Amino acid sequence: MRILLVEDDRDVAGFVLRGLREAGHVVEHADNGRDGLFMAASETFDAVILDRLLPGGIDGLRLLETLRGQQNTVPVLFLSALADVDERVRGLKAGGDDYLTKPFAFSELLARVEALARRGKTEGPVTRLTVADLELDLLSRQVKRAGQKIDLQPREFRLLEYLMRHAGQVVTRTMLLEGVWDYHFDPQTNVIDVHVSRLRQKVDKPFPTPLIHTVRNAGYMLRAEAV
Amino acid sequence: MTAATTAIDRAAAADPPRPPHAAAGGARRGTHPSWLRSASFRFALVYALLLALSASALCVFLWWATAGLLDRQTEAAIRADAQGLSERWTEGGLPALLLTIDDRLAQNVDDDAIYLVVGPSMRRLAGNLPIWPSFVTEANVPYPLDVTRAGVPSRARVERFDLPGDFHLLVGRDARVRAQLRGLLTDALLWSLIVVAAMASAGALLVRSLFRRTLANVSDTAAAIAGGDFTRRVRLSGRGDEFDQLADTINEMLDRIGRLMEGVRAVSNAIAHDLRTPITRARTRLEDATLHAATEAELRCAIDRATADLDGIVAVFQALLRIAEIEAGSRRAAFARVDLSPVLVDLADLYAAAAEERGLALLTEYPTQPGALAVYGDRGMVQQALANLIDNAIKFSPPGGTVTLAAHAQPERVDMLVIDHGPGIPPADRGRATERFFRGETARHTPGAGLGLALVQAVAQLHGGTLLLEDAGPGLRAVLSLPRHGAQATVPV
Repeated sequence: MRILLVEDDRDVAGFVLRGLREAGHVVEHADNGRDGLFMAASETFDAVILDRLLPGGIDGLRLLETLRGQQNTVPVLFLSALADVDERVRGLKAGGDDYLTKPFAFSELLARVEALARRGKTEGPVTRLTVADLELDLLSRQVKRAGQKIDLQPREFRLLEYLMRHAGQVVTRTMLLEGVWDYHFDPQTNVIDVHVSRLRQKVDKPFPTPLIHTVRNAGYMLRAEAV
Repeated sequence: MTAATTAIDRAAAADPPRPPHAAAGGARRGTHPSWLRSASFRFALVYALLLALSASALCVFLWWATAGLLDRQTEAAIRADAQGLSERWTEGGLPALLLTIDDRLAQNVDDDAIYLVVGPSMRRLAGNLPIWPSFVTEANVPYPLDVTRAGVPSRARVERFDLPGDFHLLVGRDARVRAQLRGLLTDALLWSLIVVAAMASAGALLVRSLFRRTLANVSDTAAAIAGGDFTRRVRLSGRGDEFDQLADTINEMLDRIGRLMEGVRAVSNAIAHDLRTPITRARTRLEDATLHAATEAELRCAIDRATADLDGIVAVFQALLRIAEIEAGSRRAAFARVDLSPVLVDLADLYAAAAEERGLALLTEYPTQPGALAVYGDRGMVQQALANLIDNAIKFSPPGGTVTLAAHAQPERVDMLVIDHGPGIPPADRGRATERFFRGETARHTPGAGLGLALVQAVAQLHGGTLLLEDAGPGLRAVLSLPRHGAQATVPV
């Protein structure tokens, strides 16, 4: 994927650039708001990672507002040290699609950027999700694996739906908390792990090949092949 | 620091009319001399002006009333005299009048009476004036008249009365004595004005020094506190007057600031102390790894663990910032009606599995019909507060126990209860359990930073509610009470 990184801190930028390139993405970098706006407006990207506080007269919010003013709908992830709820709300209101506060784990950034870039591509409403022999019908709310019906609690259904919508991508615990439970804080207890392990009991345990994989230091991934 | 500040102060004092940072303000202020800008001077001036003005008004009134009275008395005497004479005329004609005038002149002990009767040709018929003064042309109007009596010049008041047959009568009184009296009075009042001016000035000085002394009490205290002596308070006079009330308010404010500063100091000490431990751990791991790691796997493992330590430190910071954000109260603008039932259902759903994993049963006990538990607040905050309480309950419960999540609507509030049967909090620690970084003896060996209850407390305070920590015999019963959202309630109370 083609990703634009607008970040003025050289260490952070270098770390993110290396990581994203290692993950197989093509990354462009701008270290000030003016260049960032120019690149974002003149080229096509799958996602933009945007710092809030930038030198060069144009900060992240202004950059994004200008971009959205030009009907540019590229998915944008804010990467900012401004962590207050108010700041987060401001970022999302300006047209941001996701907001990650510094300091951050690279795995979290990667997972979120990939999820964003993918989301920009899905066309039209989906009624049916399929990964290998696992099928999830969003209309009848039924789950089948290898033709066999699996009974899921409503919350387990939403958890599986989230994993299947992001099939082949790493999904972090924070993303699950936000996406499935709509919680924007981290509980101290490993609540997410327990829920995923319960889902595994039903979706993976009775079958020869597991689909839900644990990605070390990152989160989970649902896909046919082993990680 | 102190020396630098003093130097700046001196520089500012040396050039007061044009401070470099206030060009616009300087121009405005420059139109008044500095002594006019002093509030004490203005108060004194107002006092002096008011006193002088009222005293002058009193003098003028006194003068007018007394002098006027004298004039009116003279006029009344003249009229009465003329009345008597005109009656004599009516009774006995001209001869009787002339006779009466001669009689009166003879009997006039004070020697102040003036009479003149003239005939049709203005010829003198009787009286003690040689000729008719030419300017006395109108009847019944008092005229001033200069006369010389016994060689002494004097001023008299005369009035003309017309008699039938073109005879004219002039009656007057010598006003010398009265004029002397009036002069005396005028002098006395003018002197008293001078005394008033002197007293106004002295009073103004007194007012000014009183004003200054009262303010000095407050401003000395403020200056001492600004200089770093926070133990100083404004002295009370003990009279319970407005200045005492002001001093009381200022002292209360200072006490509150003192408590807040104490709190900040305690928190920064706690941060320094509590973060030192994980930072030391991370540092030790990294240093140990660079010195002793034999394989790359060992090195990576050490780095991973140090990163995890750093994540823990970041989490503590985030919790602290979140508490500070809540306490600052800026989120109150985003308050809305929150129906707690779905919040509780979601939380129970999220935590039931985790509790079960640890061999605990999560019991729930709350009404689920919509609107039964409505509060006015921030949904995310209430979620987080409850999650913290449940986290704690699960963390401290022995396996095989139960954790209860309950909620009831009270007439004025909604009580949310999280009950566990772990070790609880000893009564002595309960008051401090909501302080940041407080870790009870029983919590010593459980992971955590001691910020969970502090956050719950902050959320409760922001919502105008309370957090009560009670004994669940054994265990902890945490009651988070938030004010109920009024009209929408559908549950009978």
